[in-house]
Amino acid sequence: MAATISQALYGISYGLLLFMLAAGLTLIFSMMGVLNFAHASFYMLGAYVAYQISTWIGFWAALVLAPLVLFVLGAAVERWGLRRVHKWGHVPELLFTFGVSYIIVELVQVIWGRAAVPYRVPPELDGPVDWLQRFDITFPEYRMFMMAVAIAMLVAIWLLLTRTRIGLVIQAALTHPQQVEALGHNVPRVFMLVFGGGCALAGLAGVVGGNAFVTEPAMAGTVGAIVFVVIVVGGMGSLAGAFIAALAIGLLESFGKVSDWSFAKLANALGLAVDAATPGYEVLRLTLAQVAPVLPYLVLVLILIVRPKGLLGTRED
Amino acid sequence: MKIDTSQSLDFKPLNFGRWVVWGFTAALFMLLPAYFNKGFALTLLSQMGITIIFALSYNMLLGQSGMLSFGHAVYSGLGAFFAIHAMRWIGAGTLAWPTSLLPLIGGAAGAVFGVIFGYLTTRRAGTPFAMITLGIGEMVFAASLMFPGFFGGEGGITADRASGAPFLGVPAITFGPQIQVYYLIAAWCFACMIAMYALTQTPLGRIANAVRDNPERAEFIGYNTQRVRWLMLILSSFFAGVAGGLSAINFEIVSAENVSAIRSGGVLLAAFIGGVAFFFGPILGAVVFILFAVTLSEYTKAWQLYLGVFFVLLVMYAPGGLSSLILMNLRVMKFRKFARLRDSYFGLLMAALALTFGTVLLIELMYHVTLNVGQGPEVRLFGLPFDTTRAPGWVFAGSLLAAAAVAFEFYRRGFKRQWDAVQVEIEDSIRDNA
Repeated sequence: MAATISQALYGISYGLLLFMLAAGLTLIFSMMGVLNFAHASFYMLGAYVAYQISTWIGFWAALVLAPLVLFVLGAAVERWGLRRVHKWGHVPELLFTFGVSYIIVELVQVIWGRAAVPYRVPPELDGPVDWLQRFDITFPEYRMFMMAVAIAMLVAIWLLLTRTRIGLVIQAALTHPQQVEALGHNVPRVFMLVFGGGCALAGLAGVVGGNAFVTEPAMAGTVGAIVFVVIVVGGMGSLAGAFIAALAIGLLESFGKVSDWSFAKLANALGLAVDAATPGYEVLRLTLAQVAPVLPYLVLVLILIVRPKGLLGTRED
Repeated sequence: MKIDTSQSLDFKPLNFGRWVVWGFTAALFMLLPAYFNKGFALTLLSQMGITIIFALSYNMLLGQSGMLSFGHAVYSGLGAFFAIHAMRWIGAGTLAWPTSLLPLIGGAAGAVFGVIFGYLTTRRAGTPFAMITLGIGEMVFAASLMFPGFFGGEGGITADRASGAPFLGVPAITFGPQIQVYYLIAAWCFACMIAMYALTQTPLGRIANAVRDNPERAEFIGYNTQRVRWLMLILSSFFAGVAGGLSAINFEIVSAENVSAIRSGGVLLAAFIGGVAFFFGPILGAVVFILFAVTLSEYTKAWQLYLGVFFVLLVMYAPGGLSSLILMNLRVMKFRKFARLRDSYFGLLMAALALTFGTVLLIELMYHVTLNVGQGPEVRLFGLPFDTTRAPGWVFAGSLLAAAAVAFEFYRRGFKRQWDAVQVEIEDSIRDNA
């Protein structure tokens, strides 16, 4: 039981991290119609910048400063790059961010090298959560902190979007950009802020995710595709859908990784004799832990067959 | 108003220009090894041929049907795996199949997977299609490491291409020497180019363009857009599989890298750099891409950075790719206005050259510091000695970059003004003559 709860907590914390990324991506996508291919690269950049700042003035400063740096970078990319490409339509926009992701990965390698950097959890948060240990549940404090940051961010976005003036303008610009412009708001500037904000969220995810996992040039690639799965499964442009999908995929990953369940085992338990001689044994003998990397994509395929719009999606494309 | 019928009725039993172009291409393919007969040049040409097929097949999706795919390497990679297994069976004597037709096996495998995955991916168009293809690509890549029996794990699958029966019974042609492989690739490349060009002229090719431009209207005139996308994807996967089969013959090894996102991204870059709006664009793009990937990577580890920057600049300033740049300038020449642009072109190119030089210097210096720590601080770039621990090199590179950037921006503004004026004049004169 304790192991199951701990596993669930691992899954939820990973899911929340995925959601932090998916939130920024969804925000940018639903506002500007731009799928930011470089989003995971900004996540990686956030981790690297946080590492650099933490070696100078410590982790807590990095937690605040790195997202700000990413905000400025993202806004600059929008202002001097994406805005130029905007007039050529969505495909060039997507390709532009694709090119940017290429460049970011390479620049990271130029600056920090090709190996992983030693970006560590701050000593204050190193170790298991005490009160959970009383129930025999071992769960790192840092993961708990990660969840807290993600939830705080979620609440902050929600308040910003629904309770502030700029949030209302953003919401309006989402559906009626011309109308908002006619009312005297600077829509391109709103776009710039949203893009920068989305990148800052990715950067924040990088700050807290980089030391929970490994900070290396490949980290953008590993998480990027999963985040896309999250927003397709959740439904393009739906924050709530992304939340559900992120948690589901996080849990699936964490439970899948430790399960030794396989088709062969199931068949044997049901009394069918399945061994090396059975045709297709290569597939049947694979345990869930072995196929764990493929599971999110299988979910994607299933959703596409059952509900092409995604869980809570409303738009076709 | 006079009704112009010459546009809609276009019947030419003998299209002379087309024969000249294809004849010239065939001659080029035949004669190229006469000049590039060194080992390295020949492998370069072979890879170009393979990439041309791959990039053209990719453009059947992006350019002709408006589908931006991030997982096209799935089809070429799986085709390559089936081809290399077939090659092993040929070597073992369990399969009687000519080596020269191995790409057909690759193509068939590609098409079968196109049927399966295409059914899923083409359910959506636009941006979701792009994301789903990425997901499918990642899935196949992850699965490829899961089944070492078929995919060979980390090491990949190897085979011997010369183990089959000689071509048409001629004992000298075993496809062992690279020159014979080149001609095999050239023949396949030429055939595939013709087939893919012919496809653009068929009703399916035309309706794919309609689905790209306005899916709603295509549906109103009674076409199932999903079916059209699916058919195009299957055909495109076939040609991708052919390219995969040829790469299996060329390299004699296929590994999980063949289905990876790196390959998928590479073919996207190749097609886009050349330009997706014209049939010949991806051909040009494939040549440039291979020059970047194979030649430039010999000189610098940062080649992907340069490729990425080049790509982003193209997306920003010339989204039609190199082919559109060429055609735009040809149009300016045709209207005899090129002389006016010549001076600012010259200034722009010189400034761009200096800018490139400065950027490359700076990047190479930084790369040397982070990656070649063990080799000491001295490095030779463009034949000049640099010392990364001392200031002069950095100051030189930095100031060159800054000066070139200022000059470039100056010339760019002037050039843009003139270029826009010339384009307006050309469009006016076209309108007046119409």
